[in-house]
Amino acid sequence: MRVKRLLSAVAAIALLPAVAQAEGELNIYNWGNYTSPEMIKKFEDTYNVKVTITDYDSNDTALAKVRAGGHGFDIVVPSANYVPIWVNEGLLLEARPDQMENFKNVDERWVNVPWDMGRDYTVPWQWGLTGITVDTSVYKGDINTSSIFLDPPAELVGKINVAPEMNDVLFATIRYFGGEWCTTDKEVLKKVRDKLVEAKPKWIAMDYGTIEKFASRDYAAAYYWNGAAMRAREKNTDVRFGFPKEGFPFFMDSVAILADAKNPENAKLFMNFIMDPENAAMISNFAKYSNGIKGSEAFMDPAMKDAPELVVPSEFQEAGAFLQSCAPEVNEFYAKIWTDVNK
Amino acid sequence: MSASDTPARIAQRQKTRNRWLLSSPALLIVFVAAIGPLFVMLAYSFMAKGDYGGVKPWEFSTDGWFGVFFSRDIFDDTLTIADANVTIFLRSLRLSLLTTLITLAIGFPTAFFIATRPARMRDVWVFLITIPFWTNILIRTFAMQEVIRNEGIINTVLVATGITSEPVQILYTDWAILFGMTYVYLPLMVLPLYASMEKLDFRLVEAGYDLYANRIQVLRRIIIPIVKPGMIAGSILVFIPSLGAYVTPRVLGGGKNMMLGNLIELQFGAGRNWPLGAAISITLMVLVMVALLVYVRYAGRSGGQHHG
Repeated sequence: MRVKRLLSAVAAIALLPAVAQAEGELNIYNWGNYTSPEMIKKFEDTYNVKVTITDYDSNDTALAKVRAGGHGFDIVVPSANYVPIWVNEGLLLEARPDQMENFKNVDERWVNVPWDMGRDYTVPWQWGLTGITVDTSVYKGDINTSSIFLDPPAELVGKINVAPEMNDVLFATIRYFGGEWCTTDKEVLKKVRDKLVEAKPKWIAMDYGTIEKFASRDYAAAYYWNGAAMRAREKNTDVRFGFPKEGFPFFMDSVAILADAKNPENAKLFMNFIMDPENAAMISNFAKYSNGIKGSEAFMDPAMKDAPELVVPSEFQEAGAFLQSCAPEVNEFYAKIWTDVNK
Repeated sequence: MSASDTPARIAQRQKTRNRWLLSSPALLIVFVAAIGPLFVMLAYSFMAKGDYGGVKPWEFSTDGWFGVFFSRDIFDDTLTIADANVTIFLRSLRLSLLTTLITLAIGFPTAFFIATRPARMRDVWVFLITIPFWTNILIRTFAMQEVIRNEGIINTVLVATGITSEPVQILYTDWAILFGMTYVYLPLMVLPLYASMEKLDFRLVEAGYDLYANRIQVLRRIIIPIVKPGMIAGSILVFIPSLGAYVTPRVLGGGKNMMLGNLIELQFGAGRNWPLGAAISITLMVLVMVALLVYVRYAGRSGGQHHG
């Protein structure tokens, strides 16, 4: 009898969390050091919702964790080339942001995007590009080239950090050898592999987080994102950003609601909230990337409007391209090259 | 009723059954929580990999295990030993052995020092040794970054005193990983060493001197044989976690110098090859088990000699 009573007590305790579900919560799963606390505060105060932010450092980490289930997140911010994967895997809620009140503010350029035509699932968060960051007190030559990390000048050897992002690194290297993204030309890809294997010992790290390292002068160059370069320049005035003339990838991260979100209504409120120009500007002012919302310029820090990292000079406009999702067999081949480089 | 069912035997059997019943909750937890996941891992290592991570359930494949030992050249399809995995494995083994040796070299005199203090002071010293455990390993590792980076404490001192003109690159090298692991695992060496030294009967040392042994002879012939179990326990406690270290190589190695733990993580993350990750994990576990068996055999033998 006593055992039975014990069991029913255990069962009652097990049921408790399901009953005691707090109201007014929103759990955001986003890249680290990317979410404006000021904007979150404003959202919390406006809707009386408690926001919790959890960090991830790569698209694959986020995908793996959410796929595993039991994550408890409502919102995720995947990159453009990953959005189709999230949609195909059935992980996203078809939130129809295109029917939300603030959708009119989204720049036409970012409405019919290949990864989410017409925006049925996602809204723009921030966009930018991967390029070259150099501490010009160490190296004074041309920095608008991928040779900074692929054929580094002597001054920079052993002081370069390369973002551990397969797609961004392979994109720049394929273009360096005159190939196109998603190419299956083995001759080009062999050169790509050999070049990366040869260059890697000349790098110091393949890591996330460069801002502090440029400030402390542990890094003298990086192949990394432009917003981070701008934040690094604020701490080390010798830092400059270069646009690789051979080719560089654009990225856009978009806000999406998870199919198994516990607070989908709050998540929709959040989607609508960040399409407001003033709020979008807060996001950009913090992370120093451009957003996709018309009219947000008016609320942005003056330093950002004509920041050399954010405004792509016309002569380099053509060199940039969006990372598309390649066919699975191409992706698998690229992953093998990447494993070879990473050993 | 057979002849064997005497009341005494029945009572004995009942006792055995009760013992099993009483220990069943614990056994259940051990099986479900400790051994169960290992079977999941084993099963995953024999499945085909999913397109975006995960596995295709019930689709048998030995690709994962194949990938542990061999690799096919991606351009000309020739089959070779998986030199990437071997390189990483040898680095892990080298760094773990070095960590064990260095912690032993530092830990032995430290433990000896503590064991020879007055009884009340010993507790204070042991307490001091455990202080690093109060802080999370991740935070301590980042703090270590601050010590060894180019403008960190060590390099500032080196440059200021004129020993070197340029900062020495320590961060993001194998040396940094070694430095970090030695720091993190040192207490795990000191504590078991101290436990066995505390029991050391110093009259034996005196007897050694009385018989005209010099200091080295006393150390080699008296102290080391007695504290050997502590040395072995400490070495096991340091070597095994070193082999699977993840945080230290990630933070201090800069993500470029992988160890086995990082290689496994890569397969479950950007590599999107869970079966290979599971197979490498099991390989690591088998290696640790073999190392343990060797240690235990060795320990058992030397113990026997001591008593003989």
